[in-house]
Amino acid sequence: MPGKLKAKIVAGRHLPVMDRASDLTDAFVEVKFGNTTFKTDVCPKSLNPQWNSEWFKFEVDDEDLQDEPLQITVLDHDTYSANDAIGKVYIDIDPLLCTEAASIISGWFPIYDTIHGIRGEINVLVKVELFNDLNRFRQSSCGVKFFCTTSIPYSYRAVMVHGFVEELVVNEDPEYQWIDRIRTPRASNEARQRLISLMSGELQRKIGLKVLEMGGNAVVGYLQCFDLEGESGLVVRAIGTACTLEKFSSGSASITCPHPSTAPPSNACNSPKDGKELVFGEELPLSSGPPTPFRALPSSSSSPPPFSPSKPCSRQSSSSDTDLSLTPKTGMGSGGSAGKEAGPLKTLLRQQTQTTLEQREFPFFTLTSFPPGFLVHVGGVVSARSVKLLDRIHNPALGNARSYKLLDWNSVTADEPETRDAWWEEIRQEIKSHAKALGCHAVVGYSENTSICEEVCILSASGTAAILNPRYMREGCLDVGSIDHRFDDPSPPNCGFCHIPYDELNMPFPAQLAYCYQCRRQKVPDVLFTTIDLPAEAAVTGKGCLIQARLCRLKKKAQGEVNATAISNLLPFMEYELHTQLMNKLKLRSMNALFGLHIQISVGENMLLGLASATGVYLTALPAPGGIQIAGKTPGDLNNEQHVAAIQKRINDAIAKNKELYQINPPELTDEGVGSPIPEPRQRSRIFRSHSESSDELSELDLSHGKKDAFVLEIDDTDAVEDIHSLLTDAPPPAGFHSCSTETMPGIYNWTSGIQMFTSVRVLRLNNTNLTNQGLNKIFTDLCENLLKSFYFKLRSTVPCCLCHLNFTVAVPEEELVQVSVTAVAMTFDKDQNQEKPPEKATTKGGSETEDQLQFPLELSADSSSTSPQPSKISGVAENTIVSTRVSSLEHCSPLPEGRSRSLCSSRSFGVGSVTMVKMTPLSFLPGTRIIKYLGIINMFFIRETTSLREEGGVSGFLHSFIAEVFAMVRAHVAALGGNAVVSYSMKDCVLMENPNKNQAQCLINVSGDAVICVRETDQEQTTNTGQTCGTIDGAT
Amino acid sequence: MAVELDVFVGNTTIMDEEVYQLWLDGYTVNDAVRARMEGGVLDEFDATADVLLSDTMDQYRTFQMCERLLHSPAKLANQLLFQIPPHRQTMLIERYYAFDDVFVREVLGKKLSKGTKKDLDDISAKTGVTLKSCRRQFDNFKRIFKVVEELKGPLVENIRQHFLLSDKLARDYAAIVFFANNRFETGKKKLQYITFQDFAFCAGQLINNWTVGAVGEGLWLLPLANMDVDLDKEFLQELKELKVLITDKDLLDQHKSLVCTALRGKTKAFNEMEANFKNLSRGLVNIATKLTNTKDVRDFFIDLVEKFIEPCRSDRWTAADVKLYLTHYTNSAHILDTFKHQVVWDRYMGVIKSCIFKMYHD
Repeated sequence: MPGKLKAKIVAGRHLPVMDRASDLTDAFVEVKFGNTTFKTDVCPKSLNPQWNSEWFKFEVDDEDLQDEPLQITVLDHDTYSANDAIGKVYIDIDPLLCTEAASIISGWFPIYDTIHGIRGEINVLVKVELFNDLNRFRQSSCGVKFFCTTSIPYSYRAVMVHGFVEELVVNEDPEYQWIDRIRTPRASNEARQRLISLMSGELQRKIGLKVLEMGGNAVVGYLQCFDLEGESGLVVRAIGTACTLEKFSSGSASITCPHPSTAPPSNACNSPKDGKELVFGEELPLSSGPPTPFRALPSSSSSPPPFSPSKPCSRQSSSSDTDLSLTPKTGMGSGGSAGKEAGPLKTLLRQQTQTTLEQREFPFFTLTSFPPGFLVHVGGVVSARSVKLLDRIHNPALGNARSYKLLDWNSVTADEPETRDAWWEEIRQEIKSHAKALGCHAVVGYSENTSICEEVCILSASGTAAILNPRYMREGCLDVGSIDHRFDDPSPPNCGFCHIPYDELNMPFPAQLAYCYQCRRQKVPDVLFTTIDLPAEAAVTGKGCLIQARLCRLKKKAQGEVNATAISNLLPFMEYELHTQLMNKLKLRSMNALFGLHIQISVGENMLLGLASATGVYLTALPAPGGIQIAGKTPGDLNNEQHVAAIQKRINDAIAKNKELYQINPPELTDEGVGSPIPEPRQRSRIFRSHSESSDELSELDLSHGKKDAFVLEIDDTDAVEDIHSLLTDAPPPAGFHSCSTETMPGIYNWTSGIQMFTSVRVLRLNNTNLTNQGLNKIFTDLCENLLKSFYFKLRSTVPCCLCHLNFTVAVPEEELVQVSVTAVAMTFDKDQNQEKPPEKATTKGGSETEDQLQFPLELSADSSSTSPQPSKISGVAENTIVSTRVSSLEHCSPLPEGRSRSLCSSRSFGVGSVTMVKMTPLSFLPGTRIIKYLGIINMFFIRETTSLREEGGVSGFLHSFIAEVFAMVRAHVAALGGNAVVSYSMKDCVLMENPNKNQAQCLINVSGDAVICVRETDQEQTTNTGQTCGTIDGAT
Repeated sequence: MAVELDVFVGNTTIMDEEVYQLWLDGYTVNDAVRARMEGGVLDEFDATADVLLSDTMDQYRTFQMCERLLHSPAKLANQLLFQIPPHRQTMLIERYYAFDDVFVREVLGKKLSKGTKKDLDDISAKTGVTLKSCRRQFDNFKRIFKVVEELKGPLVENIRQHFLLSDKLARDYAAIVFFANNRFETGKKKLQYITFQDFAFCAGQLINNWTVGAVGEGLWLLPLANMDVDLDKEFLQELKELKVLITDKDLLDQHKSLVCTALRGKTKAFNEMEANFKNLSRGLVNIATKLTNTKDVRDFFIDLVEKFIEPCRSDRWTAADVKLYLTHYTNSAHILDTFKHQVVWDRYMGVIKSCIFKMYHD
């Protein structure tokens, strides 16, 4: 009996009228935990009832405390008929189980009904008394802290990073049970919400147990996802990085966590990491794990040929096995020489780290930013995909005949998770082998996701292959001697991560190497793709920008294995094309590296959608990207040559303008001055865009690789011409705006405190049934571009600002629908210190199309000459625009003290004061503030359904209010925990189903984040005091 | 290809004041988009009409969802659905309860009933205010009327506290409520030249001087519901006593000579003043004595115009003339030995004087 949960129902307000006759409501409340239920008295005839109940006490196992939510149901008492439910509140009490997190939950919660939405609010107090339980065989993992944040949280120090933890639980979906035919939609939705709440509680507990086994006390970068597999069930899975964290004493924390915006601009990185830099100055040894020497080169045999030449630095492959071809691909076992014969230093590095890292089954880290020195080298992106058939795992035990009981999954589905586990295991093995092929022993910035359409499921995993510092790997190695090791490290700290981890004589793929432009000692690749945030120490020239590749591919409708095979066959082509697009767009912007790369491939009945987003930057350490040269394929034709020249000029102009726009002025003179052994005409790679995808073309491509003098994009069909056009018409953000997919924008450091988080969803219906791939591409590209334009327009009053962490999610909810959801945050920054130059449109639209081919040469000189004439005239115009549109109206959030005290007022006496302002951000920090306390993880799942779609303003009206309600519920929970902000917020799922003919719609949303208390940099002392007084007041109530 | 769904939701609710105004003014989405385009947002910021449409739709949806809350502004502050910074909340409320003077002028003094609501399309056509906006304004009047009707205490203060309005707006609403309650006639042709602001001023005078609440603090304790909304019955009864000023021939002559002595040589219109004194005095005193009848209360303003303002205007008195005349007319009554009703006289004339000053213009 290791826990006592206590709940008190104080009051309600703004309740809906339940009795039409009196225009009033006779409300009472049921409080349920596990199988115990308490009731309050009925508060007759009031829309603002005051129950002021006794403390309801539940004596429960801590295992249940972790799994179960506290369920509060508000009902209208009816003497003659059944009581009507007004709505429910689910409270996750997990944050109370951690001594360091919240101590009480107290506040107003929206009363939520899955059919009517929010219907009034209820004031609740919840406390937990935990008894110590030293039972070794316990099933609970109370006390393990969870963080969504993908870096070491502020005010914590990582004593140990233990590594990858994963778990998944499966259950049948209540929506697909026989009972669903006879129960109301409300009952069905509530069963689902409750089930998912239970499942995620269980999942978290199980992961917690694994962490305790590993000797850790926290999970960082916790990523939980739902797979709604329909008939075959409901999967909740999670991955994370187990750590041992240690909290700073309050004094030292204030010193070691500088304000992001005060970070020195000279340090070319985003500032929040600076805070952590100091944190990690101490020591961060990595624990050991079991060895799994697995060395394999994923050869191109598993993926079609177009791959190899296109990817200087990122390694992606798609495993295309349906259940038909579950056998390991030939690639998995072959090769393997790449990493072995590295130079002596590298070998040493690897050997040291292997001893510890290899003991681990999966040396994966879900973190995306690291303490300095942690990351030694970055190899490139590794990704793996696999197509699975869900109907294969139909379990007879789950047949419809079974009676419905919510908690049954433990007994029935015992063997089911194993199927999924095996699938993920397979993918992870592949990722691991890719990393090996890149000469790396670890994968960082690791994430997994799925896309499901009917019975087909694409599993994807991706990460960045990396070598981690051996000193962090050594067991038991704490502070002593760590400094020596730093000196052992051959590369200077700020460019080291760019240096290739693999052996240059035996590269895993063709790439052009050059000596590092910073240290001149080590080799670097010409382009670097990663899924992580820009390392704190990295030197960047100019500013970064959002780079997106978008792609649609039609596919025939099919069933079962045929369908899965068709998808498998398409995947590699999609990856290839996405990659080509990214590469071209990167070059057009004169940049040489991508960070935060996220590639999503989504499957629909008749098409596949691919969307890759990343932040492009110019890494000072890497060579300048090539320019673009155009040559006709038929040199004799004069017409063609003129046209080629015209396009060449436009492309050169575009590059020049982009250089100006992003302030990319690499110190070219010094390059020549220091001279050093850069092999002058660098090796050229060639991307060959074939006219058709016939096999002989493809083989030509392999032959031509490496021999041509330029980066070639040979184009002579409409498809390819369109690529060029989309390249040129991708509009840069308007004056005063920046955008990126990473946490912060490289090149901007002086953030001010204004933030505006938003979620936007757009669904397009494709009426035209005869769409071609090109037509679809255009539509999809326009959809994404228009969304961005809308954001810029809506946020125009906040310039100068940067849209950070632009996270696009695509889905094909129905045959002719394309859905894009975006969550991002607009952050203002101080323009004056920033000396940014006004942006300008890339180019005007191109001339005539079709006839010719384009070539993109790597010639540096060519484009630098064309850079100069452009910029001056642009600036004046754009400057005006900035001035005239700037009317600051971002949220001027009240700082913690007022808001907090106000919420207390309102929680104690009804009707007084306003609501605590709760900031939300997808980032791990809030500019201008310091996080002083993490209150626990927020992980909420909501269903909303309507049978009066028209009355609610159509689908848009329906979803608009639902998203607003979700925000409101997240804010209320955070405020009740005593917090004033959510960091690392994300909307994992937004599944919308509609049937306008029946006037119905249903939507599922899953959100997560970390509830925190943050204080303004300036008034930390004062607010800490306030926080304490708040605490005592809370206690008194 | 069609946009099936398009939403944008900010954690802090994003509201554009310009769009809010268009919404309040009853523009349809398409009209609003057109108006915004003409307003030059697109020139200021490089955007297409699609972007504008999408933005306008989002905002309209937000406003529609907020409207329910705006009906009881106190809820806006402690609701959880929309996170709106306090200063924005104030703006939303103030703008929502703002009204068009042309519109309010039409319904001023009318019963705020369903019947009047049916006439709104005519009023809309006449004033050029969209029907939607008319409805909102009318419903606002009605809502505030209903709430304060039940409340004790000073009218303006009640309105300000319950609807969180600015002082100015609260006063205007007090005037509207006061007019609606007493059903003052304002629609006659002769009264057309009087603006809402004139009436609002007069209403303020009446509320402050002629109602029960106006008399003093002590009366606040009385369990009277509408101290500020209803005229002080006792006072109206007392006004009958003023009749002596016109019925007593001596008193009338004495009053006239006193006024004329004071005015002589001070104005060009002296002759007209002297000639009209008895008429004008009869007019004003008759208004006073008749105020016990509800019907005559309704005609208060029309009587003022007919009995006093029009005669003066036809004699081409200037505003200064009117002021001079009324000042002396009021003060001279104090010198009359036999006139005993000084207090009532002052309470009456103080209001009459300021109302006439306000109403005496073209």
